[in-house]
Amino acid sequence: MTATVETLIEGVRTGNRLALARAISRVENEQADAHLLLRALYPHSGQAHIIGVTGAPGTGKSTLVTALVQAYRRAGVTVAIVAIDPTSPFTGGALLGDRVRMRALSGDSGVFVRSMATRGSLGGLSKTSGDVVTLLDAAGFERIIVETVGVGQAEVAIASTAHTTVVVEAPGLGDEVQAIKAGILEIADLLVVNKADRPGADRTIKALEMMLELESDSPRQIRHHGQLIAVEQPATATITAKQWQVTVLKTVATNNEGIDALRDQVEAHRDWLQRSGEWAIREQVRIAYTLEAIVRAELNRRILAALPQTEINDWVQAIRNRATDPYTAAQKILAPIM
Amino acid sequence: MAGEKIRVLVAKPGLDGHDRGAKVVARALRDAGFEVIYTGIRQTPQMIAEAALQEDVDVVGLSILSGAHMTLCPKVVDLLREQGQDDVLVVVGGIIPEEDIPQLEAKGIAAIFGPGASTQDIGNFIRDHARRVA
Repeated sequence: MTATVETLIEGVRTGNRLALARAISRVENEQADAHLLLRALYPHSGQAHIIGVTGAPGTGKSTLVTALVQAYRRAGVTVAIVAIDPTSPFTGGALLGDRVRMRALSGDSGVFVRSMATRGSLGGLSKTSGDVVTLLDAAGFERIIVETVGVGQAEVAIASTAHTTVVVEAPGLGDEVQAIKAGILEIADLLVVNKADRPGADRTIKALEMMLELESDSPRQIRHHGQLIAVEQPATATITAKQWQVTVLKTVATNNEGIDALRDQVEAHRDWLQRSGEWAIREQVRIAYTLEAIVRAELNRRILAALPQTEINDWVQAIRNRATDPYTAAQKILAPIM
Repeated sequence: MAGEKIRVLVAKPGLDGHDRGAKVVARALRDAGFEVIYTGIRQTPQMIAEAALQEDVDVVGLSILSGAHMTLCPKVVDLLREQGQDDVLVVVGGIIPEEDIPQLEAKGIAAIFGPGASTQDIGNFIRDHARRVA
């Protein structure tokens, strides 16, 4: 049974969950008509607050997300979850296990959970997760939580997708030096020490707080074209809102401790984004990132389509023989296309 | 293009908590290149059908050792059909007495894999019969 694109678009807009699920598959599989779906639904997106949840494997992200969603549901707010787990680079298969922790969310029509595999994408997300967020947004979910794969130190793509990034830590994962390294901790709008009933929780909290105290008043940095650039605060924001103060929250997600406080902080961050003008800046960055990714993917597709594999093999052979070098070869390959 | 992946939901309906078999199969299907969504133990048919819908899976694999298969498995099939997923393949693994098999098949279970079934056979069956055959 293949539904037409029109039926799917209509279905997504009117709360048909099967239509939404199937629309997501078409987008995830990059089917030929996926861009028609996205084109029609994009104008209806831009309403949801996108919350990224990231952290090392085993810090309790899925359990924390589940508890956070329940807190939102108690307040009557609808939530969609995109839960990402890794694809095996060897077999292309994946085991998506985030639902095991999310059983408490079933039977609630105000919640929609979708698991995605990275399908070769690095950075903690999947290539199409941003598009899937667009669909869930257009379907009217008020909050969209994107749970990344368990990440190490440098997978920071989530910060270009989410309005609010929550970084989850657990006790006993490292010392104070880990906390001042570059990478994942820098993208946090909120830091959570989950499993805070475990020994060492206070030390972890101290280390993170120390890191935050070390942050100076240097100009605010945002990511642009993959580089950090300093930006001026919007002129209107200077009086009403100062810088966002990252705080360290303590949670025990398995018995719901600290979860309401976490929800309050996420909402406080949302308010701050809107009051300070930062929301507009993040939207700008997010859209630029999306646009670039689409242009890059299309360019890639065209280059590969214009290049027969045999030609590539010939170049590889020539480079192996040191008859040419990869830099010259790349120039020559691209010359007729560009 | 990136191409389509066959998505399989592996679930344990009912009250028995013995999930080693389900995990072995989930892992084997992962290694066979499928995207496996594992839901864990003690799932109701409603929970399984709901997960199958949200995840838009091609296949639902039920692992059941409790003896309640005659009630729970057809219920999952019925719920899937009700919500418009009539093209989803449902397979069952576990302890199923020989005499129950024809009845389960009549109720829409596509295949039943008992003790000793090879994970490779399960993978091959799914690859041959899932709706989204590449």
